[in-house]
Amino acid sequence: MIVARRQAERLSVLDRPNSYIGKTVPRPNLDRLMQGRGLYVSDIELPRMAHVVFLRSPHAHAKIVAIDASAAKRMPGVIAIVTGRELAAVITPWVGVLSHLKRLKSAPQYAMAIDRVCWQGEAVAAVVATSRALAEDAGEQVLVDYEELEAVTDMQTALDPKTPVIHPALGDNLAFERLHDTGNVDQAFEAADEVVEAEFVFGRHTGVTLEPRSVVADWNSAEGRLTIYQGTQAPHMVQNIAALHLGLREQQVRVVCKDVGGSFGIKVHIYADEMATYALSKLLRRPIKFVADRVESFNTDIHARDHRCKGRIGVRRDGAITAFKIDDLTGIGPYSMYPRTSAIEANQVVNLVGGPYTTKSYRARARVVFQNKNVMCQYRAVGHPIACAVTEGLVDLAAIRIGMDPVQIRKRNLIADDAYPCASPTGLRFEQLSHQACLTKLVEMMDYAGLRAEQATLRRTNIYRGIGVASFIEVTNPSAAFYGVGGARISSQDGVAVRLDAQGSVICQTSITEQGQGSEALTAQIVATVLGVAMERVRVILGDTDNTPYGGGTWASRGAGIGGEAALQAAKVLRKNILDVAAAILQSNPAELDIAGNAVVNAGDREPRIELSELARIVYFRPDTLPPGIQPELMATRHFVPREYPFAFTNGVQASWLEVDPETGFIRLLKHWVVEDCGTIINPQLVDEQIRGGVVQGLGAALFEKCVYDERGQLTNANMADYLVPMAGEMPDIDVGHVVSPTRESELGAKGAGEAGTAGAAAAVINAVNDALGPFGTLVTEIPLTPQVILTALGRL
Amino acid sequence: MTAPMPISLEVNGERVDLHVLPRVNLADFLREHLHLTGTHVGCEHGVCGACTVRVNGEIVRACLMLAVQVHGKTVQTIEGLSDSGEVADLQSAFRERNALQCGYCTPGMLMAAEDLLKQQNEPSRELIREHLSGNYCRCTGYQAIVDAIEATAHSRRGRPR
Amino acid sequence: MKASAFDYARVASIHHALEMLSLHGEQAKLLSGGQSLLPAMNLRLVSPQILIDIGDLAELRGIAVDSDVLRIGALTRHVELLTSHLVAAHAPLLSDAVKHIAHPAIRNRGTLGGSLAHADPAAELPACMLALNATIIACGRDGERRIAAAEFFQGIYATALRPDELLAAVELPIARQNSVDFFQEFARRHGDYALAGVAARASVASGGFSKLRMAFFAIADRPVLANAAAKLLNVAITPELIADASVAFGNELNPPEDQQASSSMRRHLASVLFRRCVEALLARGRLYGGAG
Repeated sequence: MIVARRQAERLSVLDRPNSYIGKTVPRPNLDRLMQGRGLYVSDIELPRMAHVVFLRSPHAHAKIVAIDASAAKRMPGVIAIVTGRELAAVITPWVGVLSHLKRLKSAPQYAMAIDRVCWQGEAVAAVVATSRALAEDAGEQVLVDYEELEAVTDMQTALDPKTPVIHPALGDNLAFERLHDTGNVDQAFEAADEVVEAEFVFGRHTGVTLEPRSVVADWNSAEGRLTIYQGTQAPHMVQNIAALHLGLREQQVRVVCKDVGGSFGIKVHIYADEMATYALSKLLRRPIKFVADRVESFNTDIHARDHRCKGRIGVRRDGAITAFKIDDLTGIGPYSMYPRTSAIEANQVVNLVGGPYTTKSYRARARVVFQNKNVMCQYRAVGHPIACAVTEGLVDLAAIRIGMDPVQIRKRNLIADDAYPCASPTGLRFEQLSHQACLTKLVEMMDYAGLRAEQATLRRTNIYRGIGVASFIEVTNPSAAFYGVGGARISSQDGVAVRLDAQGSVICQTSITEQGQGSEALTAQIVATVLGVAMERVRVILGDTDNTPYGGGTWASRGAGIGGEAALQAAKVLRKNILDVAAAILQSNPAELDIAGNAVVNAGDREPRIELSELARIVYFRPDTLPPGIQPELMATRHFVPREYPFAFTNGVQASWLEVDPETGFIRLLKHWVVEDCGTIINPQLVDEQIRGGVVQGLGAALFEKCVYDERGQLTNANMADYLVPMAGEMPDIDVGHVVSPTRESELGAKGAGEAGTAGAAAAVINAVNDALGPFGTLVTEIPLTPQVILTALGRL
Repeated sequence: MTAPMPISLEVNGERVDLHVLPRVNLADFLREHLHLTGTHVGCEHGVCGACTVRVNGEIVRACLMLAVQVHGKTVQTIEGLSDSGEVADLQSAFRERNALQCGYCTPGMLMAAEDLLKQQNEPSRELIREHLSGNYCRCTGYQAIVDAIEATAHSRRGRPR
Repeated sequence: MKASAFDYARVASIHHALEMLSLHGEQAKLLSGGQSLLPAMNLRLVSPQILIDIGDLAELRGIAVDSDVLRIGALTRHVELLTSHLVAAHAPLLSDAVKHIAHPAIRNRGTLGGSLAHADPAAELPACMLALNATIIACGRDGERRIAAAEFFQGIYATALRPDELLAAVELPIARQNSVDFFQEFARRHGDYALAGVAARASVASGGFSKLRMAFFAIADRPVLANAAAKLLNVAITPELIADASVAFGNELNPPEDQQASSSMRRHLASVLFRRCVEALLARGRLYGGAG
């Protein structure tokens, strides 16, 4: 089912002859990566480059009494050993708060600890040497005298009066609290026939990008310029912050982002060790390379989730949901991350719970507390997996209580597809969603009735399979409402410049970035379509603050929707400019001309009139032959940011089919389905692959991934043998379907698709496991769903 | 400090004679000494598979072999397999199926996939997944990779030998 | 994550290797496949001063049958166990077990001797040696020493090998006509270390067991034989008897606890494995006409 809402005149750009929009075309940059000829930061070597290894605290909370580096300084290859205090002379500290998150507080964080460490893994000294190995050797000889302090690790007791306050100046360990109450909740619960409650527990996990965080910082003291080679999602944000804290003007800082080995929100933050690397380059006046090793990645890449959320749902016997209530608690480590803050995930949970449903009565509390563990912040699908698992878990519990089928209760309560525009109880505005159409399509795709029959048959032979369904909404295309309004210098607008080169090919510079999503491909598809040239003629440049327009980058599912629209608008201007010149050359009227197949053609009979290469030749080399008064502009720039809706919400529904062995607690994923609505689909294959990849990240959280801390704040599984990620052998095939409701905020109509998969996958799995274990009368509401968790719930241990 | 040792080996068909410290593993040797940066380093403890290369025709984890251990052996990396055209059809299938996103796992993934295709001309999806079970990909969710390998196996079966 | 500096010596004979071992003592580590040693060195969990590379020693290679004994050289790689027809014919347990060891690239390097000498309590091959009643042949300057598998594994990463000995080969009694093997493990993901596993060899006759050796791994500090298996010997097997024996087996154990599984969970999984293993052995015995 296609919800076509585009107006006739809007079709002109997107549905041109030979349009690439809506077509699967291969990404232009793949051969480089497949042949081992990419350029990741860890591949970069510069003259006089030195390597930094950070000496990291073995304690979760300790006073630094003394650092003795005298022996280490005499080790082979050592260039310098720098302490936090020494580095603080070069780079200023920061505080990760934003003004729109009211009363969010945090403490100043330094590039390296000065007199106290607040988590295991915080850097206390930088060892700079001619190689990583020699720096590691020297690091073993740096003597740090620590006085261990009591570590705050359990978020459930972080606010107890007996618990030490990590930052005494802040008064307590409460970083942020949000309350929400609308729709007469008490009354709504009274109106329910049944009220069901559960507590949901979400393990702390992390992104595990296959390429660890890496930086090469090159301060050229003669030029007074710092070049930062970094795998970041937001180069202009890094430019701004590096300049701010190093006392430079932004134009003195260039951020270059070549190939990036995975990001997923891990590489959109400002990390202390990266700031330290910039500062070390300035201090030592030479290029410094920092490549986190895998153990460092686990200890310092932001973690995410780690929520405990109590939920309550009211339901009438006819299936109508009367109210939702949640009480969410999360621990974020010792500092709110900079500059996006660590309050966003909890804030999102409050925003999103109950989001797909018509229910108006909703009460929520979210508390965010400090603890002596690694920092937590935004990771793919921020808050969504939690909100979705809580909401959908509660909906299933309500269905079980009243004896209603899980699909039926959703049909009964999901917002109707003709009810838009409308808003959620927390004030989120929905332009056009398609929950009902998605659910209908999902039920058909998965043959829901057939699976139910199969499930019943297998149960008679003691095989326990389950079906889990989860509807969701996703925040995409964020405007300044996300960060900018709170004072963060994070651009919500993006820019694209396109120009015709002297052979009639197109150079396109965009401020969005590429980490494998297909930013380069979708930009080329849009530009080629609007201009009427072959995609191979379009070369896309991104990831360089010196050579792209200013913009936000790629995060929060914004690249296609915002950067794509900027590309469309810029290409439209260039097209007009080309046609104006062509009309002058051909003594024709621009309205009678078009561009197709790399040539200007007659709009009517499509007869080629002049090749773009010939037009460019005339413009660049024989402008003297043009009529007087014509000054061609074969370059155009446009920027875009959504203005009417702060976010373009998308929606979808997922289903999981799995088998649980009740004797062993092992779960086998058999199949997964997703139907989603991201508006205009620019490249179906790229959308499907975003969904699949996102689902598998969600499945990792559902089954495997957890950062395991002991009571002293030690991360005990900081390696890839003990921290389990999803591998090929255990993952199911995933079928993806679409419903298309374009946003009217842009001519392109695209919303984001990067996080939908992750948003709902775990919820579908939890519901499927509980469905499978229905005959045992157990309820499991904790992820990861390890065999230990399952067997414990089944009372077998 | 221990002394560098002389080693001689063949890398992608070229003879290499160098001195190397015993502690340098094959992945770092390829990347830092030979500047063959297509072999990626993801975990350095033998779990992620990003550094998969061929030694004497068999795939190995380059982070779990010392450069001094490959003395007298032949090594093939993704650069060599690309230049020889051996995996051209596999790469083409990966391209058509978008079986890579960030590309960091891809050289190792191609190495493992080609290893399977040399052993099995009709691998099931399950067998493909099993053979890749030591190669971590965070982006794709694996399905596209399995599809691409399956398609390559299929097209190779139709190819005259 | 770079290994500490070390010296490296490639040895050309067992004699040379033993000389180097006695010269450097605890400072030295033997390097065969390196698939356990090198990760530990990269993580600087171990930092030997010298590695003695025995990879070139042809004397430590080879798989051969001599009368009723299968002899497998220590340097035999996992992949060679997997593809060897001799192993498939005479010790099919090993062929089954190797499929569960890590991944193809690891199996191309990892060796039998390396796995046994490393003695990881969660490793597959030590349990197989126990189930198959293998003899482990250690080589020292005074000659060979033959050690029964049951005596060889002495704890976490601890074996009966002396610091100046190297593991040369194993000898396995070959499978008899009525013998059946079974291997299974519960691992979170393909190729992961197991939470619990079993390697077993039995002689099945008339629907019962005349011999039954079940070696469990990942449930103690070393692979252990199930004493409860004795309850099933030379009796008519009933589901109740299997259930009783599996509970009795669980009570034999005091498994260690770690991040992946509590002690009670390991005990529980081991009991489940016990039952499934017995059922599978009986079924295979019938299938292969082992009743004869």
